Amino acid sequence: MIKKNKTWFFGLHADPPKMFRVILAILPFVILIGVYLVASDIRHRENPQDKLLPTIAKIGKALKKVAFTEDKRTGDYLLWTDTISSLKRIVTGILLSACVGFVLGLNMGLLPGIRGLSLTFITFIANIPPLAILPILFISFGVGELGKVMLIFLGTFPLIARDIHLAVKKIPREMIVKALTLGASQFGVIYRVVYPQVLPRLIDTVRLSLGSAWLFLIASEAIAAQSGLGYRIFLVRRYLSMDVIILYVGWITFLASIADFMLRKWIAVRYPWYNP
Amino acid sequence: MKSEVQSSIQQHQPSSINHLLFVEDVVKVYGDKVVLADIDLAVTKGEFCTLVGPSGCGKSTLLRLILGQESPTSGRMTVEGKEILHPSPERGIVYQKYSLFPHLTILENIMLGKQLPLPFWKGISVRKEAREEAMHYLESVRLAEHAEKYPHQLSGGMQQRVAIAQALIMRPKILLMDEPFGALDPGTREAMQVLILKLWEEHGMTIFFVTHDLEEGVFLGTRILVISQHYTDERNHEGDAGRGSKIVADYPLKTTSTRVKETAEFGRLIQRIRCDGFDPEHLQDVTQFNLEHSDSFQSL
Repeated sequence: MIKKNKTWFFGLHADPPKMFRVILAILPFVILIGVYLVASDIRHRENPQDKLLPTIAKIGKALKKVAFTEDKRTGDYLLWTDTISSLKRIVTGILLSACVGFVLGLNMGLLPGIRGLSLTFITFIANIPPLAILPILFISFGVGELGKVMLIFLGTFPLIARDIHLAVKKIPREMIVKALTLGASQFGVIYRVVYPQVLPRLIDTVRLSLGSAWLFLIASEAIAAQSGLGYRIFLVRRYLSMDVIILYVGWITFLASIADFMLRKWIAVRYPWYNP
Repeated sequence: MKSEVQSSIQQHQPSSINHLLFVEDVVKVYGDKVVLADIDLAVTKGEFCTLVGPSGCGKSTLLRLILGQESPTSGRMTVEGKEILHPSPERGIVYQKYSLFPHLTILENIMLGKQLPLPFWKGISVRKEAREEAMHYLESVRLAEHAEKYPHQLSGGMQQRVAIAQALIMRPKILLMDEPFGALDPGTREAMQVLILKLWEEHGMTIFFVTHDLEEGVFLGTRILVISQHYTDERNHEGDAGRGSKIVADYPLKTTSTRVKETAEFGRLIQRIRCDGFDPEHLQDVTQFNLEHSDSFQSL
């Protein structure tokens, strides 16, 4: 019998068995929920009307109210209309910055002229804290949809452009020369060699930019909106409706995780060579 | 009768008309560092020309110049009389790495040369024929069963075989190879050497092969060029003081068999080349280089 001196958890050589890995992954969630339940229970024993840490039952009731009953004032199912307006804004904003960032990044990476023109400027723009110019955006683009989309766009596109620029520059010169010896035109080099190699990187960059996109979305909705996930959270804050806030935060987190997962799957299925 | 004599004289006179590749008075300077000093070179069609030299002597620089990836500081380079300006399909290249496109399957990598020169819509309509031709080349490097894989799924040796097929499908006038087997283990390397010799014979190619491995150079080539910065001339008798490399030796090689590596003659030639180009202690004057190959010439 060979003596195994591998641990399950501690040390550099730890080798957790498969089931144990699953347990490890779930554990922090269980602890979080457990701590919440205990804390909520303690507070409710002292004061049954406690609003700060609502019980699961209260959150369930809030869910029923916002997701499955018509709002008395508007006749809408609030959670769904909020979700749709927020998703519209964030998808429009991120698509816009993905397109602009991709085209700009490709051009900056390939054409020394365009690079000379825009690299310093983009680097400068990227340093503007987007939230600091939120008032300017609202004044110039209005407090409607355009202002919010512009905030998401301006907050995310410099990073995407710079990242694509780096990805293009990382393509070895040899590969471009090789394509030319295979009879490629300049356009062929861009279309058949550079563009398809950078595409999965764009998806990856968008995936990472979504985090800040959510931040800008919630911030702009908090300040001026008629609907939206961020709007609702900041509206019910006035009544200390922690049940709705917690529900909405959980929902946003869920949406963001789904988006992240789907983008990662997309890359893995469609571009198997990207992360070998 | 007279014209026949003239033409035979002409053939021995190196020129851009009689030789496939013709390089005259080529100098390459980076900043204030001279890398190549006055390279003269003529290569006949069908030659397997290997280029060796100590590290940092500018072997790869010369190859990049012939490729058109860089342009010479001064001098003239032609392929079949036409000046080399940019990389083009008539000069194929196999690098040590980065020859394959990671986002395409093996088959697509080889097909690419059939599709890239055409406009996008025509590239699609020739897809079927391109596929068949690519398969044929893939079979000739014995990788047909890996057609649908991506480059990262193949070993280094397999990747280089694909890279060779990818270059071959273009039927280049001259195939340039920059240390193509440098990263392979000895066994794979030997198999690749045999393969490239076989393909060279079958396709009647002209190959210009850069290597740092002297044995490989002597084994593969029908002609070996040695470039080195270790020589003396009228300006300097102290050795390499940033004057740039020259072709210091140029030997014709006998057609080889795989057992040639064991012969004494093979060893003696390697010793001689090592002395010619690689030994900083042993300096020859520019007027005394061993330029034995019939195509070699020197414009001093």
